[in-house]
Amino acid sequence: MIAGISIYEIFTLTSILFFIGIYGFITRKNLISILISLELILNASAINFVVINKYLYPDVLQGVFFSIFIIAVAAAETALAVAIIINLYRQISSVEVKDTEIMKY
Amino acid sequence: MDISYILFIPLIPLAVFLLLGIGYQKIKPTVSGYIGVAGLATSAALSYYAAYQYFFVSGKVDGVYQTIVEKTVWMNFTDTLHIDMGILVDPISIMMLVVVTTISLMVHIYSRGYMHGDTGYTKFFAFLSLFSFSMLGLVLATNLFQIYIFWELVGVSSYLLIGYYYTKTSAVAAAKKAFIVTRFADFGFLIGILIVGYYAGTFDFETLNAVNPEGEGLLLNWASTSFMGLSVITWGLLLIFMGGAGKSAMFPLHIWLPDAMEGPTPVSALIHAATMVVAGVYLVARLFPMYYFVEDGFALNVVAYVGAFSSLFAAIIALTQTDIKRVLAFSTMSQIGYMMLALGVSSYKGHEGVGYMASMFHLFTHAMFKALLFLGAGSVIHAVHSNYLKDMGGLRKYMPITNITFLIAALAIAGVPPFAGFWSKDEILVAAFEKNQLLYFVGLFVAGLTAFYMFRLYFGIFWGKNTKYKHEPHESPMSMAFPLLFLAFMSIVAGFIPFSEFVTADKVAFEAHLNLPLAAVAVGTGLVGIIIAWIFYKKENDLAERFANAFGIFYKWTFHKFYFDEIYMFVTKKIVFNLISTPIAKFDKKYVDGTMEGIGNKTVLISEKIKGLQSGRLQDYAMFFVSGVVFIALIFIYLWTN
Amino acid sequence: MEKIVFYILALIMIVSAIASVSSRKMLRSVIYLLFVLIGVAGIYFLIDYNFLAAVQLTVYAGGIIVLVIFSVLLVHHIEMELEMAQLSKKILTGISCLIGLGLFLFIIYTNDFKVVENSKTTSVEAIGRGLLSYDSGGFILPFEVISILLLAAMIGAIIIGKGDKLTKNDDTL
Repeated sequence: MIAGISIYEIFTLTSILFFIGIYGFITRKNLISILISLELILNASAINFVVINKYLYPDVLQGVFFSIFIIAVAAAETALAVAIIINLYRQISSVEVKDTEIMKY
Repeated sequence: MDISYILFIPLIPLAVFLLLGIGYQKIKPTVSGYIGVAGLATSAALSYYAAYQYFFVSGKVDGVYQTIVEKTVWMNFTDTLHIDMGILVDPISIMMLVVVTTISLMVHIYSRGYMHGDTGYTKFFAFLSLFSFSMLGLVLATNLFQIYIFWELVGVSSYLLIGYYYTKTSAVAAAKKAFIVTRFADFGFLIGILIVGYYAGTFDFETLNAVNPEGEGLLLNWASTSFMGLSVITWGLLLIFMGGAGKSAMFPLHIWLPDAMEGPTPVSALIHAATMVVAGVYLVARLFPMYYFVEDGFALNVVAYVGAFSSLFAAIIALTQTDIKRVLAFSTMSQIGYMMLALGVSSYKGHEGVGYMASMFHLFTHAMFKALLFLGAGSVIHAVHSNYLKDMGGLRKYMPITNITFLIAALAIAGVPPFAGFWSKDEILVAAFEKNQLLYFVGLFVAGLTAFYMFRLYFGIFWGKNTKYKHEPHESPMSMAFPLLFLAFMSIVAGFIPFSEFVTADKVAFEAHLNLPLAAVAVGTGLVGIIIAWIFYKKENDLAERFANAFGIFYKWTFHKFYFDEIYMFVTKKIVFNLISTPIAKFDKKYVDGTMEGIGNKTVLISEKIKGLQSGRLQDYAMFFVSGVVFIALIFIYLWTN
Repeated sequence: MEKIVFYILALIMIVSAIASVSSRKMLRSVIYLLFVLIGVAGIYFLIDYNFLAAVQLTVYAGGIIVLVIFSVLLVHHIEMELEMAQLSKKILTGISCLIGLGLFLFIIYTNDFKVVENSKTTSVEAIGRGLLSYDSGGFILPFEVISILLLAAMIGAIIIGKGDKLTKNDDTL
């Protein structure tokens, strides 16, 4: 519990972060930038888990565990994504989204 | 009586067909000939054994020939209405088995010589076996639907055989014509079957033909529904007869038969003389109790008149034809008309059923001598390589066996005692005389005409002018002569079979006796016909020509078969095609197709426009996804908060 | 006091987030992200999940950011300016996101959360026991799964990152 701060305010904060992430995800043209936006989205939801845990069900720790898992999965995902990006850069010397469109064929 | 072995009679030709058909490329022609003959010989032997068993050992119980049926349910519609597959054994089916297998065997043997050296030899035998299978299956059918299935199979194999020389345009046209005309008739047949099936509630011959001990038909609910003044069942029977008339080349559905002579001659002998064309007669005979009892035999009267008219009509046309196979084709039509007439004037019980017996008797004898005539004609054609009378004459010196056997057959068909045709024809005339004098005189007149045109043919081929031949005509090889001799023998002795002992309408044997005055009149008429032919054609003279000129326009009409082909062509091409089909086709093309194509084109156009959506760009998809989710969520919130 | 800290944190996070998704320099963008992540860790501290905050700091701020920075340095010049989306797309996305945000907030504020007043502090021991517990509410299975996942991701990252050389030189893999 944060003294004087209600759950609504925290949710407002996370919602804003979440949509900034989405905005970035859609508008950025660089693979690493997209990855960054993704991190924003993930973090916004992780905060939500923790906050709901703390404010509504303080006796259990499920939210915390989920956050830990999210962090772990995010780490794995980032590692893989970076590996892919670097590999891609080796192949086509670019990490721009428009250059990776050939992958659809 | 165990009848399961009868199942093998049709199945062996089927097996032969499959064997020859599949091994078409591999099997040598000589071998395939032997396989075909051997298969049919086995079937024929089984048929003879079955006939012996049925007629002399176990078929008769208390003086009545039993109907033995073995079947399994194939398709079940309601408790009473179901389609079975099985075999039905009664006097006429046994008789037909004997006829079909005998003629088929003879034709197989004959074909080994006639088709020698033909490129499609194996194929020909395969088709012959297929036809034999279909015809035997038709004969053994237990219900209307089964008979219909085999009926169509017969039509298909007939089509294949008529169009056997598929490089000849006329043969292809003839095959198509035969198929379309009979198919058109079968359309009526099918409707008839459905009507009868619906209103009688069954397809089974046994139930349809059930007769109680007092000799009244049991299908008594026939009067329940009526349509245009006739009971619906009668309409059904008339439509079924339409199918029969199509296959049996009755007027006005006869036009395909003369053209069908484009097929190889053995085929004409087998299909268009002895077996397939009598399928219509067989069908009426098969349903005879029904025809007789429903609405006091109205449908049967139609059968009689159609038969009589066809008989007369065909006999008149036959007088003027110059293609010997066409003469025989019209003769066939005429004789089948005879059989129909006989069925039509028959009653059910005891001696009154003489017409039925006579019809079956004539079917039997006619199969023998008409097959003989066709095979003889084939032998002649084989020798002189022409179908036309003008290319023939004086052949008796070159082809003694053909000459003698052809003469026997001609005498048989002309009704000269003691040959087979005399006995059966006499019975028919007796039956007609007792029932309907008009039909009797028609029959008598036709008998005279038959004798005349048969002997016109005979004298024209074997006597008459001495034509100079390019190749010396020669007698046919033994494989072709043997069937001729065998059938000639049958044509002589078949008449002495006491048919009324075996095949009768109510399946009780009766004593048939010769009606001497009527027989004398019939024989006299036949002899008059022969004598006139003798005068006209024995020696080369211009009597016939002057006679033809005297008749002028009538001769010309007859020669052109009363322009029936032209009428049909006019009706179909000018009226049906132009006035009905073309507008429908236009409508179809413009509106139905147009709609469909429009849908297709529009789809393509829209796809062109929206295919950008499938860009493969992840971010675009994310954009659509987010907007979509937001949009849907908005709608739901709007709905829920109100 | 905590209220003020929270507002400051929130402000930093939102500003950094916006800067992160709109900066034209890659490396700056990553650094802005780092600020956001640190802010998230600060929120965790504020609501007394110290362990979680520590994890956030070490893994995210320490690990992931370093990883991303490395990749940025590998594939970009530091001074390279990023290409930006067209304005129309930005506006469209922005509107869509604003509507979505409005939707979220509408739902959040119309919902009545049953907040339980408390001031519990969670010990690391409790978290460790919970993660390794077999009992109901225990997370031993997901814990093991995540271990395997991390291992798999590590191997996968190595294989993908090594790329051609590996497959060319050694066909057995």
